[in-house]
Amino acid sequence: MSAPTSLQTIANVAPLIASGAISPVDLVRGCLERIDARRDLNAFITVLADGAAEDARTAEREIASGRYRGALHGIPVSLKDLIDAAGTPTTSGSAVPPRRPAVDAPLVARLREAGAIIIGKTNLHEFAFGTTSDETAFGAVHHPKDPSRSAGGSSGGAAVALVEGMCFGAIGTDTGGSIRIPSAACGTVGLKPTTGELPLDGVVPLSTTLDHVGPMTRSVTDAALMFDALRGRAPRARAAMTGPLRFGVPEGYPCDRLEPAVRQALEGMRDTLVECGHIVTAVTIDHAAWTPDVYLHIVLPEASWYHAETLAAHPEGYAPGVRLRLEMGRYVLAEDYVRALRLRAVLTAAVERAMAGCDALLLPTLPIPAPPLGDASVEVDGTREPVRAAMLRLTQLFNMSGHPAISIPCGTTPDGWPIGMQLVGHRDRTDRLLAIASLVETELE
Amino acid sequence: MNVTDWLAAAVADAERRGLTELKPLLESLARSTAALREEDRAARAAEAAPPSFREREER
Repeated sequence: MSAPTSLQTIANVAPLIASGAISPVDLVRGCLERIDARRDLNAFITVLADGAAEDARTAEREIASGRYRGALHGIPVSLKDLIDAAGTPTTSGSAVPPRRPAVDAPLVARLREAGAIIIGKTNLHEFAFGTTSDETAFGAVHHPKDPSRSAGGSSGGAAVALVEGMCFGAIGTDTGGSIRIPSAACGTVGLKPTTGELPLDGVVPLSTTLDHVGPMTRSVTDAALMFDALRGRAPRARAAMTGPLRFGVPEGYPCDRLEPAVRQALEGMRDTLVECGHIVTAVTIDHAAWTPDVYLHIVLPEASWYHAETLAAHPEGYAPGVRLRLEMGRYVLAEDYVRALRLRAVLTAAVERAMAGCDALLLPTLPIPAPPLGDASVEVDGTREPVRAAMLRLTQLFNMSGHPAISIPCGTTPDGWPIGMQLVGHRDRTDRLLAIASLVETELE
Repeated sequence: MNVTDWLAAAVADAERRGLTELKPLLESLARSTAALREEDRAARAAEAAPPSFREREER
């Protein structure tokens, strides 16, 4: 039995919209009903019901008169509330005074140009500075499968909105894994493109040299369609990739500590790829264990730079944990920041060496399934560690190296929690990574 | 400034500003900073080291 319309992929729904079999008005109405029915999950901060309904009527008229713009025309999508949409406050999930943009962020303008309908702005870990989406002024984002668990973060509301049929595509941001982490925790697809590929103007920064923006979807094909639109080009179907491909699985850090179910999923995926004729080899990323130290000494001062004035004027507006992390960044010495930037180049070169001869790296997105909300630490394969450190471990390196990375669903734990697997491609070859991921997604089915 | 002196100064400043909750975070950051400096030393030593016999052979 096929999924209800609200849970279909963009690729499935788009031809029906183009032919007039489905109306954007009905799609938007369905999404609004789903948002209303699950307000308890706190997926959205702002719902743009009137604007979306009006845009849907416009799309319906355009399509009926033969002016179909492409696969995103009439498709309801959400924006993480870190991204400017004209006339709507950008709260960043915080109680500090919001931005009130008069114009759309360029990537939002591109989505509208492609005919997408902005249905609302999703909840997040405040200022994207966390991985659990529970430090937010708009109520913790709850996992759809069990409200006592985190949906991941920081783009937690976006992943929940996709799972619950509140939108067909979402835009998130990713500074250390914030697109891929909630995608893995909730069982959806999340793409972090190559550094610099998509414009960050009109997006509240967390860390100006680590920030990325990208699509979150229900399939790799949908991610590619949205990625096209975000780049300002017409969404298009891609030629299918053929194998055999060569995948490198990192040995040692960051894959040295995984929950058994996650390791089993990685091994299962490796076996499936080999059965499909691909080559899977072990690779080493030199000095990878340096990643958390280097990342910390970049993200902290860069975040503190952006927030310095607001932190002085409205310290009480921040969630206590976020405020402390921002305050901590003010104490990082300039010489240590420069050390971290130099070591970032060393790590980038190490990733390049590990990828030489490989089409993509393969590793899990998260070492654990969705953690309980409010827990500060978590046990990973018998060792207790901070939740934030565990959740960032497998993703943050590629924010520093700039390589594109995508998280795709890869089964569940025995008790049904989604597991995400990460594919990392060559820099500036995000299209090729999407083609590889699409092939892998098919082979996993 | 060495990490010990930096930590003492940072904790004193945080306490002066009434941010006593920062102390454990700063202590954690100090451990990471000490590690970062070791990593930097290792990277610089590797840069400065002459190529190994094997690397010369590979060239």
